[in-house]
Formats: sequence, structure tokens, C-alpha cells
Amino acid sequence: MAAVRVEAVLAAAEEQEAEKRRSITVEKELELEYDLGNLLAVDRNPPPAAALRGAGPRREALLQALARDNTQLLVSQLWELPAERAGGAGGPLVAQLPEPTFRLPREKPPPKPRPPTRWEQFARLKGIRRKKKTSLVWDEQAKEWRRRWGYRRAGGDPSRAWLAEVPAGADPEEDQFARLRREKRERVARNELNRLRNLARAHRAGSTVPAAPLHPTGHQDRDELRRVARVARVSTASLGRFQPRLPKEPAEPPSRSGGKKRRFEPLLGNLAAERSRQLEMLRDMSSKKPVLDITRAVNKQMRQEEAEAAAANKGKKQSKRGKRGRRQQRPGRSGKKSGARRQPQQQKAAGGGTGG
Amino acid sequence: VICCYRKPKTKRAKRFLEKREPKINENTKNAMLIKGGNANLTVTEVLKDIYAVKKPFAVLYKRKNITRPFEDQTSLEFFSKKSDCSLFLFGSHNKKRPNNLIIGRMFDYHVLDMIELGVEKFVSLKDIKNSKCPEGTKPMLIFAGDVFDVNEEYRRLKSLLIDFFRGPTVPSIRLAGLEYVLHFTAVDGKIYMRSYKVLLKKSGCKIPRIELEEMGPSLDLVMRRTHLASDDLYKLALKQPKSLKPKKKKNISHDAFGTTYGRIHMQKQDLSKLQTRKMKGLKKRPAEKSVEDGEASPKKLKSA
Repeated sequence: MAAVRVEAVLAAAEEQEAEKRRSITVEKELELEYDLGNLLAVDRNPPPAAALRGAGPRREALLQALARDNTQLLVSQLWELPAERAGGAGGPLVAQLPEPTFRLPREKPPPKPRPPTRWEQFARLKGIRRKKKTSLVWDEQAKEWRRRWGYRRAGGDPSRAWLAEVPAGADPEEDQFARLRREKRERVARNELNRLRNLARAHRAGSTVPAAPLHPTGHQDRDELRRVARVARVSTASLGRFQPRLPKEPAEPPSRSGGKKRRFEPLLGNLAAERSRQLEMLRDMSSKKPVLDITRAVNKQMRQEEAEAAAANKGKKQSKRGKRGRRQQRPGRSGKKSGARRQPQQQKAAGGGTGG
Repeated sequence: VICCYRKPKTKRAKRFLEKREPKINENTKNAMLIKGGNANLTVTEVLKDIYAVKKPFAVLYKRKNITRPFEDQTSLEFFSKKSDCSLFLFGSHNKKRPNNLIIGRMFDYHVLDMIELGVEKFVSLKDIKNSKCPEGTKPMLIFAGDVFDVNEEYRRLKSLLIDFFRGPTVPSIRLAGLEYVLHFTAVDGKIYMRSYKVLLKKSGCKIPRIELEEMGPSLDLVMRRTHLASDDLYKLALKQPKSLKPKKKKNISHDAFGTTYGRIHMQKQDLSKLQTRKMKGLKKRPAEKSVEDGEASPKKLKSA
């Protein structure tokens, strides 16, 4: 008797559970596709076309029933997401949404990284990093912390400076105030010119510009003019061999390869040259002295390490820097030129002697 | 920052320009709702209701603009550039195309897709008298009907509607705040758009039971003309920058059963110097040690 009752109780409990579940379960032929990041559900089941054809409240009721079923499924999925109580125990229940998966077109094309300016290139080569400056400076006269520049700056208003010292080698009749004003104007103008040049360079680097015209336009820079001058020199009947050069223009040897980058010696030709070359190679191999110039190699290595350290620091600070940090590219390897420049003079002579 | 020959002179101008420049993570798309030269009451009401749904990411233009989007897109592009809106909804009415709505989106301030829809029946927010949900609620979007996947035009329409009504992308959402649902059914060449307010009722278990109450604007739409972007332009617009791709964690793999495997890369080990467990029985006795040394030393003598 007791056993029967227990079974009955269990069956009743199970039925209650099923009843509860029934209220939130929805039967569908095809499963819906969900994109929870966008709160989106797509139902592929064909809706009952015949039933929906008749206008009026019946159609509305059918649409509402369909909507209710689909919404129930979507909400069930959303409730399955990992949720937590925001703002302590009493706060609202908040679910973590995943990333949206449905691909939508962008509003604007993704931003292109701008090329570095002339100063940025130089700084990267030398390994110069930005010095973080404090926003306030101690002003001795006013005995308080003042801004570095701007309204009420430390050191007083420069436009109200009533004293301008005449520097040691200057003309005593010259108006110093006018000179200071003129120099500031020149500085501002040069800064603006450099900014526009950097912009033009960045713009040119982005777009493919057509070939430069051969006559000077006044808006060309040094490299372009050099290229154009070379083309103009070569476009004579004797291919530029007898063109007079300007006093400081370097003499350019004609490239006998005719534009090819690699030249290969003929296999069987100059036997004497081949003999001397092979003997020299054997001499280098058997000598005890190293062929590598140690000082040059060490300086080059130091240069590389410095550049890498600068890049690593930039990488660490990237999260703080935001856009600016992300835009700066990795430093390139320094060339042989900087390695040679760095070498102190006396070492070069000694290195030259031993390396030889 | 702003690559223009004119630098902004105030911080406010700089912020304004920064908001509009192309970014890796983009802003929420704004929509502009424009009336055509001869917009009638129905179309005006539709625009007003959609504006109410899309606030604050929409701009409703009050005056009528005499343009034909399908013929000339320059004025639309001009408006888009001025107000920084990439979605638009243009309403007009004439004898040939009554109650016309053109829904479209832009890429880089040029028209990407445009679809012309005719409104056959419209029930406005004002006509249904019950409580509405708060402004700016992120709606749930449901698309019913296999047509939305089979037909190319319907597929673009689905993408456009999602883009239009999606709202801002949020990392987390309050579960009790899921109040608004937009349901699109495509049947028989018609698209029924219905908006319902969601009521969460108690069910026995954790997941609540849903009851719907018809709320906001409901539209019966018919697809008319389309002006879709070419495949390569669409692909270009879909392209996301590489930095947005999720970074794969290296040296971690999963198998079919859900086990996670990791790889550890070790340097070369000197096996003679390995620290193993000490077995007292295997310890070298002094006699054996001397034998080994004796064997090792004659070899050394030979090489020198």
C-alpha cells in the first residue's frame, strides 16, 4: 500500500514537472538559428501561407502566436547565458552577451595607418623616445605651481616682457624686440611648412601619383627634381655622356649592365683575375687574423639593441597611448651607415689596420 | 589625427571631427528619415513612428525634399555627409507608387544598398492604446520565413533590416529589460512587420514564459524596386580590419571529447644530469666508480 502511494506521488511530481516544462517548450520542425550578440533569431520554417492569406483578426492572431513561439525560444536561449547580479546582491540580473556573429557591412572603410613623419623616422633610427613632461612647473617668482604654457604660465607672459638683452655679438643699433617677434614668426611659418610637407608626403605615399612632369612646377621636392634631372640628362642623342655637369654635381658612372641589378662574370674569361681571386680567398681563410671588423660589428649590434629597446618600450606603453601608439610601426634595422658613423675615429684607424 | 590642411582650432571641433573619422570599432549607425516632395499622411506617420523606435540614433528631417533616390543619389549622399548618418529611410507617395518607403544604407558616404517597399497597411503607435516600453530599448529581432534565405533580394533586405533596427552593440544585457521584439514574417510576397511588448510570466522553472502584447507600429510591406550593391563592393564593405579578429591562443588544442591539450616546448636536456628518484640499490659502489674512471682516462691519453 505504501509502495503504491510512493509511486503515485513520484508519478504526480513528474507530471507536474512536465507540465511546467510544457509551458516554456515550443515544438518546431527546423531549429531556429540564433545570433545572441544581436538578439537575433532566424526561423527557417515556412509559415502557414494558406492560413495567413485571409485578412483580418485571424491573421493577426496567427502572427502573434508565431511571434510568441519564436520569442519564447529566443528568450530561453538568452536565459541560458552566464548571468550575474550587477551591483551587488540586490542588483538586476545581467547576462553576458557573446560577440555578434551576423556579418554586417561597415559604415566607413577601416582606417589606414599613416606613414611616419620625417622627425618620427629620425627618432626611430636614433632610438629617441618621448620624455614625459609634467603639466605643472614650479614658478620661483610667483612661488606656486603654474602651467608649462598657456594662460598664466610659469615665467610670465612672454608678450609683456619688458627687457630684452642684447646678445654678445649682435649689432647694438638693432631692435631686439623686433628681432624676437620676427624669429617667432619665422619659427611658426617653418613649423607650418613642415606640417604641410609631412601631410603631402603621407598623401602621396597613399595614392599612386602619375609620373612627374619634366618642367619644374615649384611644388616638387629634392628627390623628385633629382629624378627628373637624371631623366633630362639621359634624353640626349649621346645618352648624357657629354653633358656638362654643375660644379658640385657628383659624376655618375654609366651603368653598363643597362638597368639589371645583378651581373654575372662570364665563365671562361679572364684567367689572371680568377687566379688572383682564388688566391686571395685562400689567404683569408688560412690567416689567423679575423676578416670581421670587431668594432664595427659591435657598434652595429649596439645600435640594433637600442632600437629594439625603444620598440619594446613603445609596445609596453601602447595600451596607454591609444591611437598614437598603435600607429607607430616597428623600427627597421639600422643600416651600415649609422654603424660606421658611430665609430670613434681612433678606433677606426686601429680597426682598419687589424681588419685589413 | 585629422589629416586635413586645416587643423581644428578648438577642442570641441577636434572632438567633432574625431567622432566622424573612420575607426576600427565603429560608432552605432545613425538613420536619417526624410520626406519626399509629395509625402502623404500615412508615410509621415510611418516615419515618425520609426523615429520613435530608433531614438536617439535617428534624425527626422521636418521639411520635404524633392528628390528621387533611384535616379539621383547625390542629395542623399550630401545629407549623409552632413549629418554623419549611414542608414536612411525615404518616404514618398505618388499614383504609380503609393505609400512608398525606400530603405537604404551607405558605405563611405556613398549609397550601398537601396530597397523600395510599399506600405499596404499601417497601424501606428498612437492607434494601439496600451503601455509602451521605454525609449532606446534594444529590440529582439526575429525573422520567420524561408524566403529570407532563398531569395537574394530578401537576404539583403534581412541584412538591411537588422542593420537598421539593431541599435548599439552591448557586452551585457539586463535580462528583465528584454521588453521589445520586432517580428518579420515573409509570406506570399508580403512582409509583415509586427512589434510586440514582451511580458515575462512566471513558469515553474528558471526560464520565464513569454506573453506578447501588440504594441508599436505594425506594417504590411511589399517589395518593389531594388538597387543592390555589386558583389565586390559589398565584399569590400564587409571587410573587417585584422585587429578585430579574435586572437588564437597558441599551443592549445581541443579534441572531440572536450579535453584540452597543451604543448610545452622544452630545451635540449642533458640526460646524464637528470634528477630522477634515488634508488639506493642502484647507487654506484666505489669499486665500480674506479673502474669507470680507469676506462675513461686511457681514451683521453690517446687523442693528445
